Amino acid sequence: MAEIELHGTWPSPYSYRVLWALKLKGIPYEYVEEDLSNKSPLLLQYNPVHKKIPVLVHGGKPICESMIILEYLDETWPQNPLLPSDPYERAVVRFWVKFIEDKGPSAWVVFRTSGEEQEKAVKDSLEMLKTIEEHALGEKKYFGGDKIGMVDIACSGIAHWLQVIEEVVGIKILEPHKFPRLHAWTKTFKEAPIIKDNLPNQDEMLVFFKQAREKLLASA
Amino acid sequence: MHHLDCKKDPTGLITKLRMAEDKVTLLGFWGSPFALRVKWALKLKGIEYEYIEEDLSNKSPLLLVYNHVHKKVPVLVHNSNPVVDSLVIIEYIDEVWKGNPLLPLDPYQRAKARFRAKFAEDKCMGAIIRTFFTEGKEKEKVVKEGRENLKTLESALEGKKFFGGETIGYLEIASGWIRLWTQIVEEIAGVNVIDAETMPVLNTWFDNFLEVPAVVSLPGIN
Repeated sequence: MAEIELHGTWPSPYSYRVLWALKLKGIPYEYVEEDLSNKSPLLLQYNPVHKKIPVLVHGGKPICESMIILEYLDETWPQNPLLPSDPYERAVVRFWVKFIEDKGPSAWVVFRTSGEEQEKAVKDSLEMLKTIEEHALGEKKYFGGDKIGMVDIACSGIAHWLQVIEEVVGIKILEPHKFPRLHAWTKTFKEAPIIKDNLPNQDEMLVFFKQAREKLLASA
Repeated sequence: MHHLDCKKDPTGLITKLRMAEDKVTLLGFWGSPFALRVKWALKLKGIEYEYIEEDLSNKSPLLLVYNHVHKKVPVLVHNSNPVVDSLVIIEYIDEVWKGNPLLPLDPYQRAKARFRAKFAEDKCMGAIIRTFFTEGKEKEKVVKEGRENLKTLESALEGKKFFGGETIGYLEIASGWIRLWTQIVEEIAGVNVIDAETMPVLNTWFDNFLEVPAVVSLPGIN
């Protein structure tokens, strides 16, 4: 069996997407923690275009971009599929993955900014949450139906990282009474077997992201 | 292709099913590079479809229902099921109509193709479009960024005729329009983005692309 490495960083939601997929499929791997303030030559070699994590290395071949890695994992290790088998349902999943990739980062803009720019990002985030709650999640237990699927993993930032952002900036975005179903999903998702044992510590994340925001605002 | 004998269909159910099967409609807009991608994919696969030109200033009820999230084109409707987002549509087409595969079959090659298509969309498109709306120093900066990113895309050719090898496929469909648009940029904005000197390989790729028989008759090329 070819060796598998996951290059990531402990506070990154994108890192975790891949980690969960590997664990859900029972794929053995070696984790390599990267220091993004001092990028390793290996990382620069594996991801010369973006120089970012996560990178999955399989038999020496690097694959970049978390959701592209997930498609690769699903194609190479079909057990515990993350995507449905029907082409139309797959297209729907991919649509929502793209939606979250395009609109999800507005929460991170809230984290990085202040004033008017932040206000707009909060508004964008609220719209994004409303759309996915209504159209992607609906009445289902998970985005994937009865079990965790690719959209659940794509939306995981909302389940675990959004709270940290909210606390750091002091703005509540995902309010339970405004997004009851989405809020319920965040609990269900984090209590799911593999996910609950593999989540970064929220207190440590608070410290990390508080410092990061201070640095960002200082250099603005 | 379904060769069903209607005479052996007393209830008419098979006929109904056959008529319902493979009804493909594309909602698009003549100026949209995203709709163009889908037209190319459908043409390469030899899929018959009905085309509906949308007036984006007066969107049809059909479009608003089928793409209630973004209200944008293109939308591919297959047997009443709407598929949205051009690259998602292309993957859908590739999965449903297996002949003449657009994406590579090997998972690692597929990952590379998807990565490059995303790069072309995220990094090349934005820069090219911005050349229309900027002036002076900012325009120079934008053109430089566009060129750098295009050079990165160019290196993905790796000495081959097309991104996938000898025949055109997913990446050509995903990024072929870039060359059309840079030509427009060159004419309208008066800026040279890709030329035989700075990016000979990409330039040659596009010339090769234009010579492929299936491409010559593709919509948008002329």
